[in-house]
Amino acid sequence: MIRLFANAQYDFIKWRRFAFSLTGAIMLVGLGFLVTRGVNYSIEFTGGTQVQVEAGHKVPIANIRAALDNIGLTHADIKNFGSDTSFMVTARIGAESAEGEAGTQAVASAVARAFDQSVGVGQYRIDRREAVGPKVGRELQGKALIAILFSFVVTLIYLAVRFEWRFGLAAVVATAHDVVATVAFISVMHLEVSLVVVGAVLTVVGYSLNDTIIIFDRVRENLRKYRRQNLYEILNLSINETLPRSVLTHGTTIATTLALLLLAGEVIRPFAWVMSFGIFTGTFSSIYIAAPVLLWIEKRWPGEDARGARTFGSRAPATPPVSGSPVTPPAPQPPPRAPQPAR
Amino acid sequence: MGKIRQRLYVILGLVVVSIIALVPRNTKERVFDKQTGQPKDTVVRRVPINLGLDLRGGIYLALEVDQTKGPVPDCADAIQRAERVVRTRMDEFGTKEPVVQIQGRCRLIVELAGEQDPARARSVIQRTAFLEFRITDMKSLFKDALPQIDAALKKAGIKSRSNAAPSAVAQLFGGDTTKAGRDSAADANSPGVLSSLLFQGQLPGEYLVPEEQWPLVDSLINRADVQSTIPRGLELRWGAQAESRGAKAYRALYAVDARSIITGEYLVKAVARRDPVTNQSIVAFQLNHRGARKFSDETARHINDYMAIILDGRVQGQPPVIRSQIGANGQIELGTKPLQEASDLALVLRAGALPAPLAIVDERTISGTLGADSIHDGVLAGIVGVVLVVVIMIGYYRVSGALAVAALTLYCLFTLAGLALFGFTLTLPGLAGFVLSIGIAVDANVLIFERIREELVHGKSLRLAVDDGFLHAMNAIVDSNVSTILTALILYAVGTGPVQGFAITLIIGIIASMISAIFVVKTLFLIWLNRRPDMVTLSI
Repeated sequence: MIRLFANAQYDFIKWRRFAFSLTGAIMLVGLGFLVTRGVNYSIEFTGGTQVQVEAGHKVPIANIRAALDNIGLTHADIKNFGSDTSFMVTARIGAESAEGEAGTQAVASAVARAFDQSVGVGQYRIDRREAVGPKVGRELQGKALIAILFSFVVTLIYLAVRFEWRFGLAAVVATAHDVVATVAFISVMHLEVSLVVVGAVLTVVGYSLNDTIIIFDRVRENLRKYRRQNLYEILNLSINETLPRSVLTHGTTIATTLALLLLAGEVIRPFAWVMSFGIFTGTFSSIYIAAPVLLWIEKRWPGEDARGARTFGSRAPATPPVSGSPVTPPAPQPPPRAPQPAR
Repeated sequence: MGKIRQRLYVILGLVVVSIIALVPRNTKERVFDKQTGQPKDTVVRRVPINLGLDLRGGIYLALEVDQTKGPVPDCADAIQRAERVVRTRMDEFGTKEPVVQIQGRCRLIVELAGEQDPARARSVIQRTAFLEFRITDMKSLFKDALPQIDAALKKAGIKSRSNAAPSAVAQLFGGDTTKAGRDSAADANSPGVLSSLLFQGQLPGEYLVPEEQWPLVDSLINRADVQSTIPRGLELRWGAQAESRGAKAYRALYAVDARSIITGEYLVKAVARRDPVTNQSIVAFQLNHRGARKFSDETARHINDYMAIILDGRVQGQPPVIRSQIGANGQIELGTKPLQEASDLALVLRAGALPAPLAIVDERTISGTLGADSIHDGVLAGIVGVVLVVVIMIGYYRVSGALAVAALTLYCLFTLAGLALFGFTLTLPGLAGFVLSIGIAVDANVLIFERIREELVHGKSLRLAVDDGFLHAMNAIVDSNVSTILTALILYAVGTGPVQGFAITLIIGIIASMISAIFVVKTLFLIWLNRRPDMVTLSI
């Protein structure tokens, strides 16, 4: 049998400061882009008009630009969409153009006139046409924010019930890290933030949480199993034990997201980008954020039940809290003991 | 062994249900015929999964009451009236199952699958509602003219469907001994095309058409040669909804006066209530001063006649009879019918009286070509994704991986069947979610297999290692999947159409993956171990 990373004994936790700085640097870069360039919201959020046109043959983009300017749509943005013959015209509701609810549809018709001029009447096909009023956009912005916050709260409650509040808090911190990192990625890539992309961010949240839970589940189990070892060692041990699973699952998931990214077409591409990045950041945060944060929380608020005393009653006295910087870097392989029969 | 058999029965049952849910079946779709300009029926054989607008192509519209020309105090009532109006007009589109629903309090969502012309959709939906009262054809002039209409159709070379004809004629004019009835019945060798499709209704001027025939009848009566044969001063109007008589659904066709006795502009208000004395459902309405004068003149001349209430060219409900002269205040008695029907009728009257101007706040049109391209690309990505996952799983876990792949096939089957069975809609993000979930679905198996490997390393026997592997992996699988379902539920609650489709696919996918990865793979393992009791090393 092929075994990847069997009996691995890497000291993951040792690298936590380096990991924090790395992810902090990435976030700073993302924040820089966010401040300078702003978020590239889709018209779903800003309100506006978007028209996707298939011309069937190559048309210089400058011609269409000229036609748009000619018709008065100077603030409209035009770019190729997927291929040379396909165009996407986007006109957001801006400060300079006081368009009302009906204005967005007028713009859509104006875009069609511009294509009549530049490509020729009947020479093109309108594939997609969206005209979103400003009110709907504002509502969606609020809803997306609520969705992300609400998912944090629900997760925290679920983990607190299933594990223990310290685990829940650590998992939520890791998840919050993923959201921030993903937003940084989106702003660096200048991806268009549509509702589907927000959906992708929430899926990343679910995926990352899933990964964190797998590791924490092992931590919970090992805390009961090896009562002599401190949390630092247990965390390293648990991450190493779940490493083969992580490699396999992330491998298959990346395989499918790459298939989506390369093959599933232009509409899905921003979603696929966010998911692909999300898999990396989700894996990273489960190991380098969730575990060290759990360690830190345990140091700050040492508790009896962190060792699973609550689930196991008061069978064993709580071990003393973890020491600040352990001297033994790699976690020694624990003596193979039969798992406790208690279930 | 008995345990394995039970498990196999469960799996077999699930597979059979899934396959039945996915067998392509004939579904009738009404499409808009570009040549004739009329809706027509076509039968399509397809897998019964609902496709979202982004995959089928179509128009999505979100409408609100237009407040720019002055505030509308009760937008919930206004949007209910608007919904009624829009619903009534939907037949004009010929779209199969147009979606018209109120979202939240004050927003109306209209989805027209397969429709491509947003300008036409806008013009039909935003047109002002028009309400009128007309007297039905009390002298049966239309019935008398039926033979001539049939003759005109015959001359045009239109033949009736032979099998339905004779009995329909007999039923149509049953005990009726009018001249027209005898004539058409006597001419039994070539029964009239139109008369063979019409059944006499309960009141003068009312005819019933079997629901499946009504597009055909509609195209017949709209022909120029038929229109010219219809007696002067009469017009034909369809009922707004299908009604069931016995086991069959019928659509009412009314012959009504071409002139209306009163229109909605004179109506002041209409409310539904239950009469405290007679316990009848009634709709009380009030007319303004000018309307009252006009209405009392007209009703005086039409006592005991039936009055059709027509909104946007469709007759709403069954026409009530005029009992006495009516002035400013009138009431329509619905007898023992539920109050709900009275409320509906009151809504119709109010819709015509105060047409709510609608503003389109969100409009999306997606062409069918783009939708087809999206399906093609999505399926391609799915196939490539599956192949990669299969290669990884079999390459790494060998025979056990092959078992997981077998379960993955069932996973795909279960997920698609789940979408079909519960009538959920597959959208483009949903398709992406499905492809993504294939990668995630094997996670449960990876967790289990890694556990089994660990147990084997700890020196456990094969059987014990398999049992414990499944058992010990369960905690992690359940916890991680429940948390993903929770985020998907939030996404469903907050999202709109396409994103909801994504959330639904994700939820169904996770449930299906738990069934296939845990239950199916465990069963396959049990069979495998039973077949080879002497096996010492597990191919994992």
